[in-house]
Amino acid sequence: MAIKTESFVLNFGPQHPSTHGVFRMRMTLNGEVVVDMEPVFGYLHRGIEKVAEERTYKQNIPFTDRLDYLASMSNNLAYCLAVEKLAGIPVPERAEYLRVIIAEMQRIASHLIAVGAFLNDCGAFMTPILYMIREREKILDLFEMVSGQRLTYNFMRFGGVSQDIPEEFMPALEKIIAEMPGFIDEYDRLLAENEILLARAKGVGILPKELAINIGASGPVLRGSGVKWDIRKADPYSIYGRFEFDIPTGTVGDCYDRYRVRVEEMRQSVRIIKQAMEQLPEGEVLTEVPLRLRPPKGEAYGRIEAPKGELGFYLVSDYSPNPYRFHIRAPSFINLTALRDMAIGWKIADAIIAFGSIDICMGEVDR
Amino acid sequence: MTVALSGKEIAPKLEKQFPGSVIESSEDSLLIKPESLLDLASFLKTTAEFNFNYLTTITAVDYRDYFEVVYILTSLEHNHSLKLKARCHDRKNPSLPSVFSLWRAADLQEREIFDLFGIKFDGHPNLKRIVLWEGFPGHPLRKDWQGGD
Repeated sequence: MAIKTESFVLNFGPQHPSTHGVFRMRMTLNGEVVVDMEPVFGYLHRGIEKVAEERTYKQNIPFTDRLDYLASMSNNLAYCLAVEKLAGIPVPERAEYLRVIIAEMQRIASHLIAVGAFLNDCGAFMTPILYMIREREKILDLFEMVSGQRLTYNFMRFGGVSQDIPEEFMPALEKIIAEMPGFIDEYDRLLAENEILLARAKGVGILPKELAINIGASGPVLRGSGVKWDIRKADPYSIYGRFEFDIPTGTVGDCYDRYRVRVEEMRQSVRIIKQAMEQLPEGEVLTEVPLRLRPPKGEAYGRIEAPKGELGFYLVSDYSPNPYRFHIRAPSFINLTALRDMAIGWKIADAIIAFGSIDICMGEVDR
Repeated sequence: MTVALSGKEIAPKLEKQFPGSVIESSEDSLLIKPESLLDLASFLKTTAEFNFNYLTTITAVDYRDYFEVVYILTSLEHNHSLKLKARCHDRKNPSLPSVFSLWRAADLQEREIFDLFGIKFDGHPNLKRIVLWEGFPGHPLRKDWQGGD
Protein backbone atom coordinates (compact mmCIF):
# COMPACT_ATOMS: atom_id res chain seq x y z
CA MET A 1 0.00 0.00 0.00
CA ALA A 2 1.34 3.41 -0.93
CA ILE A 3 1.87 5.79 1.93
CA LYS A 4 -0.10 9.00 1.56
CA THR A 5 2.18 12.05 1.50
CA GLU A 6 1.53 15.74 1.09
CA SER A 7 3.63 18.86 1.08
CA PHE A 8 3.52 21.15 4.09
CA VAL A 9 4.51 24.68 5.00
CA LEU A 10 7.37 25.43 7.35
CA ASN A 11 8.11 28.85 8.73
CA PHE A 12 11.85 29.14 8.88
CA GLY A 13 12.68 32.09 11.12
CA PRO A 14 12.23 34.99 11.78
CA GLN A 15 14.28 34.20 14.88
CA HIS A 16 16.91 31.76 13.75
CA PRO A 17 20.71 32.00 13.90
CA SER A 18 21.20 31.29 10.21
CA THR A 19 18.85 33.97 8.95
CA HIS A 20 21.43 36.70 9.68
CA GLY A 21 18.89 38.89 11.40
CA VAL A 22 15.11 38.78 11.54
CA PHE A 23 14.16 37.14 8.28
CA ARG A 24 11.59 34.50 7.51
CA MET A 25 11.54 31.94 4.76
CA ARG A 26 8.10 30.52 4.24
CA MET A 27 9.00 27.16 2.76
CA THR A 28 6.70 24.63 1.21
CA LEU A 29 8.35 21.28 1.70
CA ASN A 30 7.99 17.87 0.23
CA GLY A 31 9.71 15.85 2.90
CA GLU A 32 12.98 17.69 3.19
CA VAL A 33 12.96 19.16 -0.30
CA VAL A 34 11.97 22.77 -0.90
CA VAL A 35 9.22 22.96 -3.52
CA ASP A 36 8.36 26.60 -3.00
CA MET A 37 9.72 29.41 -0.93
CA GLU A 38 8.76 32.94 -0.17
CA PRO A 39 11.00 35.39 1.64
CA VAL A 40 9.13 37.39 4.29
CA PHE A 41 10.76 40.41 5.86
CA GLY A 42 10.10 43.89 7.18
CA TYR A 43 10.68 43.10 10.84
CA LEU A 44 13.45 45.69 10.95
CA HIS A 45 11.68 48.28 8.83
CA ARG A 46 12.30 51.66 10.39
CA GLY A 47 11.03 53.81 7.56
CA ILE A 48 14.37 55.48 6.99
CA GLU A 49 13.20 56.80 3.61
CA LYS A 50 10.34 58.62 5.31
CA VAL A 51 12.38 59.79 8.30
CA ALA A 52 15.00 61.22 5.96
CA GLU A 53 12.44 63.52 4.35
CA GLU A 54 12.14 65.38 7.63
CA ARG A 55 15.86 65.78 8.35
CA THR A 56 18.44 67.99 6.71
CA TYR A 57 20.82 66.45 4.23
CA LYS A 58 23.60 66.37 6.76
CA GLN A 59 21.47 64.89 9.53
CA ASN A 60 20.82 61.94 7.25
CA ILE A 61 24.44 60.78 7.13
CA PRO A 62 24.17 58.84 10.42
CA PHE A 63 21.00 57.15 9.14
CA THR A 64 22.95 55.70 6.24
CA ASP A 65 25.29 54.04 8.76
CA ARG A 66 22.34 52.02 9.93
CA LEU A 67 21.50 50.49 6.58
CA ASP A 68 24.18 47.92 5.92
CA TYR A 69 25.78 48.19 9.34
CA LEU A 70 28.59 45.82 8.33
CA ALA A 71 29.70 48.34 5.73
CA SER A 72 28.76 51.73 7.14
CA MET A 73 31.61 53.55 5.46
CA SER A 74 30.40 52.43 2.04
CA ASN A 75 26.90 53.68 2.81
CA ASN A 76 28.28 57.05 3.90
CA LEU A 77 30.24 57.26 0.67
CA ALA A 78 27.30 56.41 -1.59
CA TYR A 79 25.06 59.00 0.07
CA CYS A 80 27.73 61.69 0.00
CA LEU A 81 28.39 61.02 -3.69
CA ALA A 82 24.69 61.39 -4.47
CA VAL A 83 24.45 64.70 -2.58
CA GLU A 84 27.65 65.98 -4.17
CA LYS A 85 26.22 65.14 -7.57
CA LEU A 86 22.97 66.90 -6.70
CA ALA A 87 24.58 70.05 -5.30
CA GLY A 88 27.80 70.09 -7.34
CA ILE A 89 30.22 70.00 -4.41
CA PRO A 90 33.92 69.47 -5.20
CA VAL A 91 36.01 67.04 -3.16
CA PRO A 92 39.68 67.72 -2.33
CA GLU A 93 42.21 65.29 -3.73
CA ARG A 94 43.39 63.99 -0.36
CA ALA A 95 39.83 63.27 0.73
CA GLU A 96 39.22 61.25 -2.43
CA TYR A 97 42.21 59.05 -1.61
CA LEU A 98 41.17 58.65 2.01
CA ARG A 99 37.69 57.69 0.86
CA VAL A 100 39.04 55.02 -1.45
CA ILE A 101 41.38 53.61 1.19
CA ILE A 102 38.62 53.47 3.76
CA ALA A 103 35.95 52.12 1.41
CA GLU A 104 38.26 49.31 0.35
CA MET A 105 39.14 48.51 3.96
CA GLN A 106 35.42 48.36 4.55
CA ARG A 107 35.01 45.96 1.66
CA ILE A 108 37.60 43.64 3.21
CA ALA A 109 35.89 43.85 6.61
CA SER A 110 32.47 43.14 5.11
CA HIS A 111 33.71 40.23 2.99
CA LEU A 112 35.46 38.74 6.02
CA ILE A 113 32.13 38.56 7.81
CA ALA A 114 30.39 37.33 4.65
CA VAL A 115 32.86 34.47 4.21
CA GLY A 116 32.98 33.63 7.89
CA ALA A 117 29.22 33.62 8.34
CA PHE A 118 28.86 31.60 5.15
CA LEU A 119 31.18 28.93 6.55
CA ASN A 120 29.11 28.99 9.72
CA ASP A 121 26.05 28.22 7.63
CA CYS A 122 27.93 25.42 5.89
CA GLY A 123 28.52 23.71 9.19
CA ALA A 124 32.11 24.71 9.87
CA PHE A 125 30.74 26.26 12.98
CA MET A 126 32.59 29.21 14.53
CA THR A 127 36.17 28.17 13.73
CA PRO A 128 36.59 29.93 10.36
CA ILE A 129 34.68 33.03 11.42
CA LEU A 130 37.01 33.57 14.34
CA TYR A 131 39.95 33.78 11.94
CA MET A 132 38.01 36.38 9.96
CA ILE A 133 37.01 38.34 13.03
CA ARG A 134 40.65 38.46 14.09
CA GLU A 135 41.53 40.52 11.01
CA ARG A 136 38.30 42.49 11.02
CA GLU A 137 39.17 43.72 14.53
CA LYS A 138 42.33 45.34 13.18
CA ILE A 139 40.35 47.11 10.49
CA LEU A 140 37.83 48.30 13.05
CA ASP A 141 40.74 49.63 15.12
CA LEU A 142 41.71 51.75 12.13
CA PHE A 143 38.16 53.02 11.74
CA GLU A 144 38.08 53.84 15.42
CA MET A 145 41.21 55.95 14.97
CA VAL A 146 39.60 58.06 12.26
CA SER A 147 36.04 58.28 13.54
CA GLY A 148 35.95 57.20 17.19
CA GLN A 149 33.43 54.47 16.38
CA ARG A 150 33.64 50.78 15.63
CA LEU A 151 30.35 50.13 13.84
CA THR A 152 28.48 53.27 12.82
CA TYR A 153 31.19 55.67 11.78
CA ASN A 154 29.44 58.76 10.43
CA PHE A 155 32.79 59.65 8.88
CA MET A 156 32.21 60.95 5.37
CA ARG A 157 30.88 64.43 4.69
CA PHE A 158 29.65 66.25 1.61
CA GLY A 159 32.86 67.53 0.09
CA GLY A 160 35.27 65.17 1.81
CA VAL A 161 35.67 63.42 5.12
CA SER A 162 34.96 64.75 8.61
CA GLN A 163 38.58 64.89 9.73
CA ASP A 164 42.07 64.05 8.60
CA ILE A 165 43.64 60.78 9.68
CA PRO A 166 45.64 60.83 12.91
CA GLU A 167 49.41 60.20 12.97
CA GLU A 168 49.16 56.61 14.10
CA PHE A 169 46.83 55.67 11.22
CA MET A 170 49.33 55.21 8.38
CA PRO A 171 51.80 52.96 10.29
CA ALA A 172 48.89 50.76 11.42
CA LEU A 173 47.44 50.65 7.91
CA GLU A 174 50.84 49.74 6.42
CA LYS A 175 51.14 46.91 8.90
CA ILE A 176 47.71 45.48 8.05
CA ILE A 177 48.20 45.82 4.32
CA ALA A 178 51.57 44.08 4.56
CA GLU A 179 50.05 41.22 6.54
CA MET A 180 46.71 40.89 4.79
CA PRO A 181 47.82 38.87 1.71
CA GLY A 182 49.33 36.33 4.11
CA PHE A 183 46.07 36.09 6.00
CA ILE A 184 44.08 35.62 2.81
CA ASP A 185 46.50 32.83 1.81
CA GLU A 186 45.89 31.31 5.21
CA TYR A 187 42.12 31.32 4.65
CA ASP A 188 42.68 29.69 1.30
CA ARG A 189 44.85 26.98 2.82
CA LEU A 190 42.18 26.30 5.41
CA LEU A 191 39.09 26.67 3.27
CA ALA A 192 39.55 26.57 -0.51
CA GLU A 193 39.86 22.79 -0.63
CA ASN A 194 38.04 22.20 2.63
CA GLU A 195 35.81 19.14 2.45
CA ILE A 196 32.96 20.81 4.32
CA LEU A 197 32.92 23.76 1.96
CA LEU A 198 33.31 21.72 -1.24
CA ALA A 199 30.66 19.18 -0.28
CA ARG A 200 28.16 21.78 0.84
CA ALA A 201 28.69 24.62 -1.64
CA LYS A 202 29.90 23.20 -4.98
CA GLY A 203 27.06 22.94 -7.45
CA VAL A 204 24.51 24.14 -4.88
CA GLY A 205 22.22 27.12 -5.39
CA ILE A 206 23.18 27.76 -9.00
CA LEU A 207 22.17 31.15 -10.38
CA PRO A 208 22.57 31.12 -14.18
CA LYS A 209 24.08 34.16 -15.85
CA GLU A 210 20.93 35.28 -17.72
CA LEU A 211 18.79 34.98 -14.63
CA ALA A 212 21.31 36.90 -12.52
CA ILE A 213 21.09 39.80 -14.97
CA ASN A 214 17.32 39.57 -15.24
CA ILE A 215 16.69 39.70 -11.52
CA GLY A 216 18.97 42.74 -11.19
CA ALA A 217 21.57 41.01 -9.03
CA SER A 218 24.72 42.97 -8.32
CA GLY A 219 28.02 42.63 -6.54
CA PRO A 220 29.50 39.20 -5.84
CA VAL A 221 26.16 37.52 -6.63
CA LEU A 222 26.23 38.86 -10.20
CA ARG A 223 29.97 38.31 -10.65
CA GLY A 224 29.78 34.82 -9.19
CA SER A 225 27.49 33.99 -12.11
CA GLY A 226 30.18 35.03 -14.54
CA VAL A 227 29.15 38.59 -15.40
CA LYS A 228 32.12 40.95 -15.45
CA TRP A 229 30.34 43.98 -14.05
CA ASP A 230 31.80 46.14 -11.34
CA ILE A 231 30.74 49.76 -11.00
CA ARG A 232 34.25 50.73 -9.97
CA LYS A 233 35.29 49.76 -13.53
CA ALA A 234 32.07 50.23 -15.50
CA ASP A 235 31.22 53.65 -14.12
CA PRO A 236 34.23 54.81 -12.09
CA TYR A 237 33.25 57.14 -9.29
CA SER A 238 35.59 59.06 -7.01
CA ILE A 239 39.11 58.30 -8.33
CA TYR A 240 38.78 54.58 -9.05
CA GLY A 241 39.84 55.21 -12.64
CA ARG A 242 43.41 55.72 -11.43
CA PHE A 243 43.96 52.30 -9.93
CA GLU A 244 44.80 48.95 -11.44
CA PHE A 245 42.77 45.99 -10.31
CA ASP A 246 40.94 43.00 -11.75
CA ILE A 247 37.32 41.93 -11.52
CA PRO A 248 37.17 38.34 -10.27
CA THR A 249 34.27 36.33 -11.68
CA GLY A 250 32.86 32.87 -11.17
CA THR A 251 32.01 30.32 -13.84
CA VAL A 252 28.88 28.37 -12.91
CA GLY A 253 27.26 30.69 -10.38
CA ASP A 254 27.03 28.28 -7.48
CA CYS A 255 27.57 29.13 -3.83
CA TYR A 256 31.22 28.18 -4.08
CA ASP A 257 31.77 30.69 -6.89
CA ARG A 258 30.29 33.49 -4.84
CA TYR A 259 32.59 32.51 -1.99
CA ARG A 260 35.63 32.52 -4.34
CA VAL A 261 34.70 35.92 -5.77
CA ARG A 262 34.64 37.43 -2.28
CA VAL A 263 38.04 36.01 -1.35
CA GLU A 264 39.58 37.27 -4.61
CA GLU A 265 37.99 40.68 -4.14
CA MET A 266 39.79 41.03 -0.83
CA ARG A 267 43.09 40.57 -2.66
CA GLN A 268 42.07 43.19 -5.22
CA SER A 269 41.12 45.61 -2.45
CA VAL A 270 44.57 45.20 -0.94
CA ARG A 271 46.01 46.04 -4.36
CA ILE A 272 43.93 49.21 -4.61
CA ILE A 273 44.83 50.34 -1.08
CA LYS A 274 48.54 49.85 -1.77
CA GLN A 275 48.36 52.09 -4.83
CA ALA A 276 46.27 54.69 -3.01
CA MET A 277 48.72 54.77 -0.09
CA GLU A 278 51.62 55.45 -2.45
CA GLN A 279 49.82 58.28 -4.20
CA LEU A 280 48.18 59.86 -1.13
CA PRO A 281 48.76 63.64 -1.43
CA GLU A 282 48.90 66.24 1.34
CA GLY A 283 46.25 68.93 1.63
CA GLU A 284 42.73 69.71 2.72
CA VAL A 285 40.22 66.95 3.43
CA LEU A 286 36.95 68.87 3.45
CA THR A 287 35.26 71.50 1.31
CA GLU A 288 33.20 73.96 3.33
CA VAL A 289 29.51 73.24 2.87
CA PRO A 290 26.67 75.12 4.57
CA LEU A 291 25.16 73.22 7.49
CA ARG A 292 21.66 73.62 6.08
CA LEU A 293 22.61 72.67 2.57
CA ARG A 294 19.99 73.52 -0.06
CA PRO A 295 20.81 71.74 -3.30
CA PRO A 296 19.27 73.23 -6.45
CA LYS A 297 15.95 71.80 -7.62
CA GLY A 298 16.44 68.49 -9.34
CA GLU A 299 17.26 64.87 -8.88
CA ALA A 300 20.38 62.74 -8.80
CA TYR A 301 21.23 59.08 -8.61
CA GLY A 302 24.61 58.39 -7.01
CA ARG A 303 25.89 54.86 -6.80
CA ILE A 304 28.89 52.87 -5.70
CA GLU A 305 30.03 49.29 -5.76
CA ALA A 306 29.38 48.50 -2.11
CA PRO A 307 30.65 45.18 -0.71
CA LYS A 308 27.22 43.63 -1.29
CA GLY A 309 26.54 45.12 -4.71
CA GLU A 310 25.27 48.30 -6.30
CA LEU A 311 24.27 50.73 -3.58
CA GLY A 312 22.54 53.79 -4.95
CA PHE A 313 20.77 56.82 -3.55
CA TYR A 314 18.08 58.50 -5.63
CA LEU A 315 17.57 61.98 -4.24
CA VAL A 316 15.07 64.61 -5.25
CA SER A 317 15.57 68.19 -4.10
CA ASP A 318 12.94 70.91 -4.04
CA TYR A 319 15.43 73.57 -2.90
CA SER A 320 14.57 73.08 0.75
CA PRO A 321 17.08 71.94 3.39
CA ASN A 322 15.46 68.49 3.51
CA PRO A 323 15.44 65.95 0.71
CA TYR A 324 12.06 65.76 -1.01
CA ARG A 325 12.62 62.10 -1.76
CA PHE A 326 15.29 59.83 -0.41
CA HIS A 327 15.35 56.44 -2.08
CA ILE A 328 17.87 53.74 -1.31
CA ARG A 329 18.67 51.14 -3.93
CA ALA A 330 19.82 48.47 -1.52
CA PRO A 331 21.81 45.62 -3.03
CA SER A 332 20.86 43.02 -0.39
CA PHE A 333 17.18 43.72 -0.99
CA ILE A 334 17.29 43.20 -4.73
CA ASN A 335 19.70 40.25 -4.54
CA LEU A 336 17.08 38.48 -2.43
CA THR A 337 14.94 38.15 -5.58
CA ALA A 338 17.24 35.29 -6.53
CA LEU A 339 16.72 33.31 -3.35
CA ARG A 340 13.62 31.41 -4.46
CA ASP A 341 15.26 30.24 -7.67
CA MET A 342 18.38 29.20 -5.82
CA ALA A 343 16.52 27.23 -3.18
CA ILE A 344 13.82 25.35 -5.09
CA GLY A 345 14.63 21.70 -5.57
CA TRP A 346 17.22 21.62 -2.82
CA LYS A 347 16.95 20.48 0.77
CA ILE A 348 16.34 22.89 3.64
CA ALA A 349 19.99 22.79 4.63
CA ASP A 350 20.99 23.81 1.10
CA ALA A 351 18.50 26.65 1.04
CA ILE A 352 20.36 28.04 4.04
CA ILE A 353 23.66 27.85 2.18
CA ALA A 354 22.11 29.62 -0.81
CA PHE A 355 20.76 32.30 1.49
CA GLY A 356 24.12 32.70 3.24
CA SER A 357 25.94 32.97 -0.08
CA ILE A 358 23.90 36.03 -1.09
CA ASP A 359 25.34 37.82 1.96
CA ILE A 360 22.51 40.04 3.05
CA CYS A 361 22.28 42.53 5.85
CA MET A 362 18.76 42.95 7.22
CA GLY A 363 19.37 46.60 8.09
CA GLU A 364 19.63 47.21 4.39
CA VAL A 365 16.86 44.88 3.23
CA ASP A 366 14.22 46.40 5.48
CA ARG A 367 15.58 49.97 5.73
CA MET B 1 31.98 55.37 -17.89
CA THR B 2 28.35 54.43 -18.13
CA VAL B 3 26.91 56.76 -20.77
CA ALA B 4 23.60 58.26 -19.74
CA LEU B 5 21.66 58.30 -23.02
CA SER B 6 19.99 61.56 -23.86
CA GLY B 7 16.21 61.37 -23.79
CA LYS B 8 16.08 63.95 -26.59
CA GLU B 9 18.04 61.72 -28.95
CA ILE B 10 16.09 58.58 -28.23
CA ALA B 11 12.63 60.13 -28.29
CA PRO B 12 12.36 60.37 -32.14
CA LYS B 13 13.33 56.70 -32.52
CA LEU B 14 10.66 55.64 -30.05
CA GLU B 15 8.09 57.99 -31.54
CA LYS B 16 8.69 56.40 -34.93
CA GLN B 17 8.02 52.95 -33.52
CA PHE B 18 5.19 53.90 -31.15
CA PRO B 19 3.62 57.23 -32.19
CA GLY B 20 2.39 59.35 -29.30
CA SER B 21 4.16 57.33 -26.63
CA VAL B 22 6.61 60.00 -25.47
CA ILE B 23 5.14 62.94 -23.58
CA GLU B 24 8.31 64.85 -22.84
CA SER B 25 12.01 64.30 -23.37
CA SER B 26 14.87 66.01 -21.60
CA GLU B 27 18.64 65.59 -21.58
CA ASP B 28 18.61 62.94 -18.88
CA SER B 29 15.19 61.35 -18.99
CA LEU B 30 12.12 60.36 -20.97
CA LEU B 31 8.59 60.88 -19.75
CA ILE B 32 6.31 58.34 -21.36
CA LYS B 33 2.62 57.48 -21.44
CA PRO B 34 1.69 54.78 -18.92
CA GLU B 35 -0.25 52.83 -21.59
CA SER B 36 2.82 52.46 -23.77
CA LEU B 37 5.20 51.64 -20.92
CA LEU B 38 5.26 47.92 -21.52
CA ASP B 39 5.67 48.17 -25.30
CA LEU B 40 8.41 50.74 -24.99
CA ALA B 41 10.24 48.84 -22.28
CA SER B 42 10.06 45.64 -24.26
CA PHE B 43 11.37 47.46 -27.35
CA LEU B 44 14.23 49.00 -25.36
CA LYS B 45 15.12 45.64 -23.89
CA THR B 46 15.08 43.58 -27.07
CA THR B 47 16.45 45.99 -29.68
CA ALA B 48 20.15 45.31 -30.23
CA GLU B 49 20.95 49.02 -30.40
CA PHE B 50 19.71 49.60 -26.83
CA ASN B 51 19.80 46.16 -25.25
CA PHE B 52 18.66 47.28 -21.82
CA ASN B 53 18.96 43.89 -20.20
CA TYR B 54 19.41 45.18 -16.66
CA LEU B 55 16.87 47.07 -14.59
CA THR B 56 18.97 48.98 -12.09
CA THR B 57 16.22 50.41 -9.94
CA ILE B 58 12.58 51.43 -9.81
CA THR B 59 11.38 54.09 -7.46
CA ALA B 60 8.47 56.46 -7.07
CA VAL B 61 8.15 60.09 -6.04
CA ASP B 62 4.99 61.75 -4.76
CA TYR B 63 4.72 65.21 -6.34
CA ARG B 64 1.31 65.81 -4.70
CA ASP B 65 -0.42 66.36 -8.07
CA TYR B 66 0.79 63.07 -9.42
CA PHE B 67 3.05 60.11 -8.68
CA GLU B 68 6.13 59.72 -10.78
CA VAL B 69 7.61 56.25 -11.16
CA VAL B 70 11.24 56.25 -12.24
CA TYR B 71 12.90 53.33 -14.02
CA ILE B 72 16.66 53.35 -14.44
CA LEU B 73 17.62 50.92 -17.19
CA THR B 74 21.15 49.80 -17.92
CA SER B 75 22.72 47.81 -20.69
CA LEU B 76 25.59 45.75 -19.32
CA GLU B 77 26.79 45.11 -22.86
CA HIS B 78 26.87 48.68 -24.20
CA ASN B 79 27.43 50.20 -20.76
CA HIS B 80 24.79 52.88 -21.19
CA SER B 81 21.75 53.82 -19.13
CA LEU B 82 18.42 55.54 -19.51
CA LYS B 83 15.98 57.05 -17.08
CA LEU B 84 12.34 56.39 -17.94
CA LYS B 85 9.51 58.11 -16.12
CA ALA B 86 5.79 57.49 -16.05
CA ARG B 87 3.16 59.45 -14.15
CA CYS B 88 -0.09 58.48 -12.43
CA HIS B 89 -2.48 61.36 -11.93
CA ASP B 90 -5.23 59.42 -10.23
CA ARG B 91 -4.43 59.62 -6.51
CA LYS B 92 -7.34 57.44 -5.47
CA ASN B 93 -6.46 54.49 -7.60
CA PRO B 94 -3.02 54.90 -9.17
CA SER B 95 -1.85 52.09 -11.38
CA LEU B 96 0.79 51.26 -13.95
CA PRO B 97 1.58 48.15 -15.98
CA SER B 98 4.10 45.89 -14.28
CA VAL B 99 7.43 45.26 -15.97
CA PHE B 100 7.83 41.98 -14.10
CA SER B 101 7.47 40.01 -17.33
CA LEU B 102 10.52 41.76 -18.77
CA TRP B 103 12.77 42.11 -15.75
CA ARG B 104 12.19 40.04 -12.67
CA ALA B 105 14.20 42.67 -10.83
CA ALA B 106 10.84 44.43 -10.59
CA ASP B 107 9.44 41.70 -8.34
CA LEU B 108 10.37 43.03 -4.90
CA GLN B 109 10.77 46.66 -5.97
CA GLU B 110 7.26 47.00 -7.37
CA ARG B 111 5.90 45.35 -4.26
CA GLU B 112 7.76 47.90 -2.17
CA ILE B 113 6.31 50.81 -4.15
CA PHE B 114 2.85 49.26 -3.84
CA ASP B 115 3.37 48.98 -0.10
CA LEU B 116 4.72 52.47 0.55
CA PHE B 117 2.96 54.51 -2.17
CA GLY B 118 -0.10 52.41 -2.94
CA ILE B 119 0.57 52.33 -6.67
CA LYS B 120 -0.83 49.17 -8.25
CA PHE B 121 1.23 47.34 -10.83
CA ASP B 122 -1.10 45.48 -13.16
CA GLY B 123 0.26 42.11 -14.13
CA HIS B 124 2.49 41.61 -11.11
CA PRO B 125 1.94 37.99 -10.02
CA ASN B 126 2.29 38.53 -6.28
CA LEU B 127 1.43 42.13 -5.51
CA LYS B 128 1.11 42.46 -1.75
CA ARG B 129 2.70 44.40 1.06
CA ILE B 130 6.34 43.69 1.63
CA VAL B 131 7.83 45.65 4.54
CA LEU B 132 4.64 46.63 6.35
CA TRP B 133 1.97 44.26 7.56
CA GLU B 134 -1.42 43.66 5.99
CA GLY B 135 -3.85 46.14 7.49
CA PHE B 136 -1.32 48.92 7.99
CA PRO B 137 -3.19 52.23 7.64
CA GLY B 138 -2.34 53.97 4.39
CA HIS B 139 0.88 54.25 2.46
CA PRO B 140 3.50 56.13 4.46
CA LEU B 141 5.70 57.52 1.70
CA ARG B 142 2.80 59.55 0.33
CA LYS B 143 3.22 63.18 1.23
CA ASP B 144 -0.32 63.42 2.64
CA TRP B 145 0.01 60.35 4.87
CA GLN B 146 -1.26 61.08 8.38
CA GLY B 147 -0.34 58.12 10.49
CA GLY B 148 2.72 59.07 12.49
CA ASP B 149 2.49 60.31 16.03
